[in-house]
Amino acid sequence: MPRLSADQRHCVRLTLNGRAVEGEAEPRMLLTDFLRHVIGATGTHVGCEHGVCGACTIEIDGALARACLTLAVQADGTSVRTVEGLAPEPGRLSVLQAAFRRHHALQCGFCTPGILMSLDHYLRSHPLPTETDVREFLGGHLCRCTGYVPIIAAALDAAERLRNGETDA
Amino acid sequence: MKPARFDYVRADSLAEVHDVLAAECGEAAVIAGGQSLVPLLSMRMARPKVVLDIMRIPELAGISLDGDTIRVGAAVRQAELLAWSQLKARQPLLALTLPWVGHAQTRARGTVCGSVALADPSAEIPLTLLALRGEVELSTKAGRRRVAAEDFFQGLMSTARADDELIEAIRFPCGRPGEGHAFREFARRHGDFAIVACAAVADGKGVRLAVGGVADRPVARTFAGLGGSMLGQALDAFAHELEAREDLHATAAYRRELVRQLGRQVIEEARRCRA
Repeated sequence: MPRLSADQRHCVRLTLNGRAVEGEAEPRMLLTDFLRHVIGATGTHVGCEHGVCGACTIEIDGALARACLTLAVQADGTSVRTVEGLAPEPGRLSVLQAAFRRHHALQCGFCTPGILMSLDHYLRSHPLPTETDVREFLGGHLCRCTGYVPIIAAALDAAERLRNGETDA
Repeated sequence: MKPARFDYVRADSLAEVHDVLAAECGEAAVIAGGQSLVPLLSMRMARPKVVLDIMRIPELAGISLDGDTIRVGAAVRQAELLAWSQLKARQPLLALTLPWVGHAQTRARGTVCGSVALADPSAEIPLTLLALRGEVELSTKAGRRRVAAEDFFQGLMSTARADDELIEAIRFPCGRPGEGHAFREFARRHGDFAIVACAAVADGKGVRLAVGGVADRPVARTFAGLGGSMLGQALDAFAHELEAREDLHATAAYRRELVRQLGRQVIEEARRCRA
């Protein structure tokens, strides 16, 4: 039974977008801060810090999670996927990211990393969503710029392209 | 918003959990999915000395059938129960209420027992447990006990769990032939906390109506075979007896009116589902 003391930093190892990373965290450090400040992966954004806005949404072991509602030490040994893992290579966008650009599904871009992670996950398990499905699913995210309409259009467009065989690779 | 300092213990066995809970005398907070605890830590509304992670204990994983009961272990996430292949066949009411718990993004992490442990008065899982007359399994180093949902929820985020007890599992009775179920809630947006939520279970003898979001805990009442205007009067009396809260989102009178409206809708729907 490991007991990690409050006033020391402890080694946290995880797989980030397929790459092994490690860093030190106090038990109280949130995964958002660990990713951004310790690892330097600043793609995951920090909004409300209490699980409401969805900007920090990532995948932990293949399931969606709010990074701000996760302690870094809880994520020790897991496999984490963040927005940095979406593009197939530098300079190229995934099908979903390209749809966001075409549809102007972002303005300030603050909420975008979380929404991309959620929709990427969702479209893999729900290839044929209706507009209502996407609206319902987006309920877990706040966007203060777009009014959501272009985000929904981008998601439906990406879903159709993915069904027609377009891939991220 | 950053949590205050705490020690973090990742328990490998139930015995370790019981030891830490006993040793810390109420200064330890159990973390499972963390969807309620982490915000409380970040806002410093909770300042435990120790955060005790129970997610890697094999005995707490899994959903099982124990006779006519669905037993959900403390490490079972809400999404896992919602995706359980037998859910709708075994307990239709759970299949109706679980999609209303938070958002897909929080159900993927939040646990079923964690919601019961928090005892938010507007939460759907405590409401369902009460509507179905479920039970909470508590354990310590010394032994185990089961507490009926009716006795477990004692007030605003206050339960019958003692400081040294762990919620090991919760138990939902399976649906029985001839029962009908219905659930509705009213919130500003889907996924928000319910202003009022109502669940009904109808059988040959009557209807049990459970109401959340109104008083400081979920409240249930059984109505025996009421029709037409009798039902209206009974609901009126029930709504008046509830100690309705008033907050930013709704007045007490508005909540009572929602109980009358939603209560009637779910009772009628549950009765129709029986047929």
